[in-house]
Amino acid sequence: MLDTTDADQKTLLEINNIEVIYNHVILVLKGVSLKVAEGGITALLGGNGAGKTTTLKAISNLLHSERGEVTKGSIAYRGQKVAGLDPADMVRRGVIQVMEGRHCFEHLTVEENLMTGAYTRRDGKGVVDEDLEKVYSYFPRLKERRKSQAGYTSGGEQQMTAIGRALMSRPETILLDEPSMGLAPQLVEEIFGIVKNLNEKEGVSFLLAEQNTNVALRFAHYGYILESGRVVMDGPAAELRENPDVKEFYLGVSEEGRKSFRDVRSYRRRKRWLS
Amino acid sequence: MPDQLLFAIEVTLNGLMAGVLYALVALGFVLIYKASGIFNYAQGVMALFAALTLVGIMEGQVPFSHLINAIFGTEIHHFGWHVPALAAIILTIAVMVVFAWLVQVLIFRHLVNQEPILLFMATIGLAYFLEGFGDLMWGSDIKKLDVGLPQGINGWIDQTTFDAFGYGFFIDNLDISATIVAIILVAGLIIFSQYTKQGRALRAVADDHQAALSVGISLNFIWVLVWSVAGFVALVAGIMWGAKSGVQFSLSLIALKALPVLMLGGFTSIPGAIVGGLIIGVGEKLFEFLIGPMVGGATENWFAYVLALLFLVFRPQGLFGEKIIERV
Ligand SMILES: Nc1ncnc2c1ncn2[C@@H]1O[C@H](COP(=O)(O)OP(=O)(O)OP(=O)(O)O)[C@@H](O)[C@H]1O
Ligand SMILES: [Mg+2]
Repeated sequence: MLDTTDADQKTLLEINNIEVIYNHVILVLKGVSLKVAEGGITALLGGNGAGKTTTLKAISNLLHSERGEVTKGSIAYRGQKVAGLDPADMVRRGVIQVMEGRHCFEHLTVEENLMTGAYTRRDGKGVVDEDLEKVYSYFPRLKERRKSQAGYTSGGEQQMTAIGRALMSRPETILLDEPSMGLAPQLVEEIFGIVKNLNEKEGVSFLLAEQNTNVALRFAHYGYILESGRVVMDGPAAELRENPDVKEFYLGVSEEGRKSFRDVRSYRRRKRWLS
Repeated sequence: MPDQLLFAIEVTLNGLMAGVLYALVALGFVLIYKASGIFNYAQGVMALFAALTLVGIMEGQVPFSHLINAIFGTEIHHFGWHVPALAAIILTIAVMVVFAWLVQVLIFRHLVNQEPILLFMATIGLAYFLEGFGDLMWGSDIKKLDVGLPQGINGWIDQTTFDAFGYGFFIDNLDISATIVAIILVAGLIIFSQYTKQGRALRAVADDHQAALSVGISLNFIWVLVWSVAGFVALVAGIMWGAKSGVQFSLSLIALKALPVLMLGGFTSIPGAIVGGLIIGVGEKLFEFLIGPMVGGATENWFAYVLALLFLVFRPQGLFGEKIIERV
């Protein structure tokens, strides 16, 4: 396996050979290792059920509430083990997850949703209000819709709300789970553009779970490919984009110009319909 | 004005005030149900327990005195002091907060992710336990509760209406104070849930547990908080009811009055609980007044349920049941 993150980049998050079991019996992650570099966008790619969401939840410690458990291996954030912490502790340490399917608080307004992101903060109303304005400057659409109930906003606006809400916690690392899900291509571009901006201007590091390999590899610096609970490949995004296997199985093009691997395609198509 | 109309107005006013009490009990259910999806069968017993505790503290009763006397052969019953109402209320609130915390730590923390029916069964168990525990702690005799609210007919209303219509309305001062207290309580709850950080977190939890966890809200804390608030609401309902008809087992049956209110108002709506309570209060008193004599009376026991059933058939989410937001 290639394991060469840039030597001068610090590792923020390190996952070492973890196993995750749901309900005491369903083994879902079978030894996953990965690193997230400080200041980077790291992509976690793979099809349905590969274990991307599970990996993110293992980091944010949201697994417990889903009866999942890390049974082997370790996860360290800035060198400190995260086992035994609860999600609130992780948020206070600067790690927050934006869940797959957005999960906005439907009956709260957009602005109230954003404010819940600041729940764990103790640094005073003034700073929080400044951050709110900052979120609005990244997502001007949210400012227009600040008084609307989140449940009545569009899918794209909900995704923005979910990301904005995470930003309100002043995170160092955002675990972003499938932001492209169910969104039109140009909205996906818009959202990834904002993610890139946040990464470059605010210095937020991202671990990005995506099925949309194509887009993810264009914006990420480094990528891991997950297949049924194992990392099958990793490398700098630029290299992955050029890798023939990745092209064939995940990007839907191959050397011979042959159409993509059927299963992969139908997976994706199904996903589109479902979401 | 014809007499019959005057009577009807008087009955309506009294119904409104009874409705306020139903609304208060229903409110306790709604709070817990909204935040945790638990239908708390014990809400009525909580009102009884809170009222018992309040009386016990005010009278300087020794808790568990029967038990203590049985074990040690002593004959202690009272500390020999009286605690002023306000101080006793504050102490009772503290007891209800401890109760909320214990319920969370001992029961519901271990039932996270379980089926709603199982959670419901747990609250049935809790109700019977708390009932027995209340007896054990404070004794099962009927107690008088007087926190100093004015009682008896309101002379001013009697006089004014008599001067105006030649018929003096009988309105109990206690009902008037209950109404005022309930209005203040509801206003307080609305301000809390709409304009405070914890209130917002509470609504967030009600909407989406997982997302609430993900932003760092502690579900356990929020649940202790709602159970505490529900305990406080139960205390207020217990005080009102207890002042009216004494503190005894039947106080816990006000929960039965709250059920139709919930069917009418929806299980998740605070305004629904209030309006539902008022409709049931007025409805049952007016029905008893107008139709009761024709069917031999005693309609108050079943009228509310019939009304609620009609509602269930035509509008299952209740009057104000929260719209389920569906988008495709
Ligand atoms: N709460 C759970 N209980 C039991 N099994 C689960 C649970 N959540 C996920 N799984 C299983 O774990 C496997 C990995 O799921 P996961 O959600 O991590 O995949 P994913 O890569 O995020 O897929 P997708 O792209 O569809 O979101 C799947 O087989 C899924 O069925
Ligand atoms: Mg997923």
